[in-house]
Amino acid sequence: MKPFRSLTGIVAPLDRPNIDTDQIIPKQFLKRIERTGFGEFLFYDWRYREDGKLNEDFILNEPQYRNATILVTGRNFGCGSSREHAPWALLDYGFRAIIAPSFADIFTTNCMKNGILPVTLSEADVATLLQRALTEPGYQATVDLEKRLVTDALGFHTPFEISDFNRHRLLEGLDDIGLTLKYEPQIAAYEQRHGNAPVTSS
Amino acid sequence: MSHSLTLFEKLWDSHVVCQQEDEPALLYIDLHLVHEVTSPQAFEGLRAAARHVRRPDLTVATVDHNVPTTDRRLPISDAIAAKQIETLRNNCSEFGITLYDINSAEQGIVHVIGPELGLTQPGLTIVCGDSHTSTHGAFGALAFGIGTSEVEHVLATQCLQQSKPRTMKVEVSGTLPEGVSAKDLALAIIGQIGTDGATGHVIEYTGEAVRELSMEGRMTLCNMSIEAGARAGMIAPDETTFAYLKGRRFAPSGAQWNEAVADWRTLASDEGAQYDSTVRIDASTLAPFVTWGTNPGMVVPINGCVPDPSQAQTEADSHAAQSALEYMNLAPGTHIEEIAIDRVFIGSCTNARIEDLRAAARVVRGYRIKNNVRAMVVPGSQAIKRAAEAEGLDRIFLDAGFEWRESGCSMCLGMNPDILQPGERCASTSNRNFEGRQGRGGRTHLVSPMMAAAAAITGKFTDVRQWRFQGESR
Repeated sequence: MKPFRSLTGIVAPLDRPNIDTDQIIPKQFLKRIERTGFGEFLFYDWRYREDGKLNEDFILNEPQYRNATILVTGRNFGCGSSREHAPWALLDYGFRAIIAPSFADIFTTNCMKNGILPVTLSEADVATLLQRALTEPGYQATVDLEKRLVTDALGFHTPFEISDFNRHRLLEGLDDIGLTLKYEPQIAAYEQRHGNAPVTSS
Repeated sequence: MSHSLTLFEKLWDSHVVCQQEDEPALLYIDLHLVHEVTSPQAFEGLRAAARHVRRPDLTVATVDHNVPTTDRRLPISDAIAAKQIETLRNNCSEFGITLYDINSAEQGIVHVIGPELGLTQPGLTIVCGDSHTSTHGAFGALAFGIGTSEVEHVLATQCLQQSKPRTMKVEVSGTLPEGVSAKDLALAIIGQIGTDGATGHVIEYTGEAVRELSMEGRMTLCNMSIEAGARAGMIAPDETTFAYLKGRRFAPSGAQWNEAVADWRTLASDEGAQYDSTVRIDASTLAPFVTWGTNPGMVVPINGCVPDPSQAQTEADSHAAQSALEYMNLAPGTHIEEIAIDRVFIGSCTNARIEDLRAAARVVRGYRIKNNVRAMVVPGSQAIKRAAEAEGLDRIFLDAGFEWRESGCSMCLGMNPDILQPGERCASTSNRNFEGRQGRGGRTHLVSPMMAAAAAITGKFTDVRQWRFQGESR
């Protein structure tokens, strides 16, 4: 996993609550067996018209947001399906941080496993960022994980919460499985104590 | 004096392998269910790191998400889907995992076959790379959906790093009226608390109406927990649970059965156990529900109307409702019973079990589906399909003009060829009415199996509480 330390980049505004993972990456793209190459299908039904042409009315298609690396959006982002294809698509498209008033649980975990930082800010702070991204040409913000801080050149300066453990993992880009395997003796001891789990083959 | 614990806390505590300060707990996983869509990259990760599957004996796989529901003797026409299925086959063979393949007598939706085979049992921790894993909580298991990285983590370690969720009690008093089902109860709860009302929480469903539900009904209720944002949903096991499990293939038998039941009886929340929040709902006041919008919280009773977005509580909600109505092509104030439908889907991990099919068939018996409506029944598993055919349910559906199909997830998410065409309106027993979920431009209304069956007959949403059942002596 690529470490995440601090990111300064263009902010794309997507002002809708409850954006579900079916919108982030529609199901017809889940049949691939690779982890990469999902970016071109991100928000597919919004980005492209039914005839396959680019939907000029969709905000992410506006030229000033093409190279955005920070997405600011509404509450409960990433609800619905557990598909990790959603963060894979966001990452492949170029987003490394997502700022919203709240996120769905499984989506949050999936982001953390892929080096995407989900940042929870208040509705009012998110509204400020949305407004600036909509009105300030070339608007950029900085998401600093080391300082747990979102800032911009216009004086926005807001701390966010993240557990020490998750912060450490993202800063170092650590492999979770490697971390867990350090506890192999404890896992083996647990299995010794609980020998009666039902098995799946007979 | 010992501390009073909730059902969730009992399961959590008994599965913590270790807990370091300032770290998530390492939680042991008793059962890992695998399917074709969220697993290929996990197995690839294992291979890349030269890791093996720690407990293939606690892992089981099937194909459900992208399989066709037409004649299984024919080759799969979608080459990418076929490759994904072939990839699972190869991975299961390479890593020694039991697979219920497409032509297996046990094939079915992963959340249907787990319980059906008796693999799903009280007190277990169960995960799957699918959000509707919450279904298994109906047995008093702690069951939750995970992403592909976590699938790989469980394959490699049989554990997951987990932060302890909060607890929510949903207490359902009273009795569900005739014609009002577990699905309606689930939709009522989501309508009340919202699609993020239970985020970060594990729900425990309690109360008279929950106790009265069959295992099928409990599975429907727990299945929809994720639609309220919950990490999991649970119901304490009782005689209904034990009766369902007894004699199933992987359930304990003989002396072990009695030991297991004695153990399972301890899996109830202690008197005085504390929850982080409590929601109360009176089942006796509920009606059949129909969703009008593009998330499961946008729901009204059958005798209600499409709401006016300008009446929404916040500006953001108002915009969301407006946008949902545009997508659904509905006007505020429209009576739900006036909305005509084009398609009917009876299926999914929410509502494709034998009891669901019986309930739908009871409505359908003696009728024909409305002209121009296309309706399909997709049993949740091959076992359910066989059971339904043995009871003659397939004839009732076929005689009425329904399609009777092979088992799988089908039009719940439309990964296989079963999809809505743009603009088509569908009464669906599935779990999500998101934009494009059942096919780009498709308009999904979530309902119970009886309500879907009635809509197929009349061509519009119809209050099943007033249904004239045929061929029944009353």
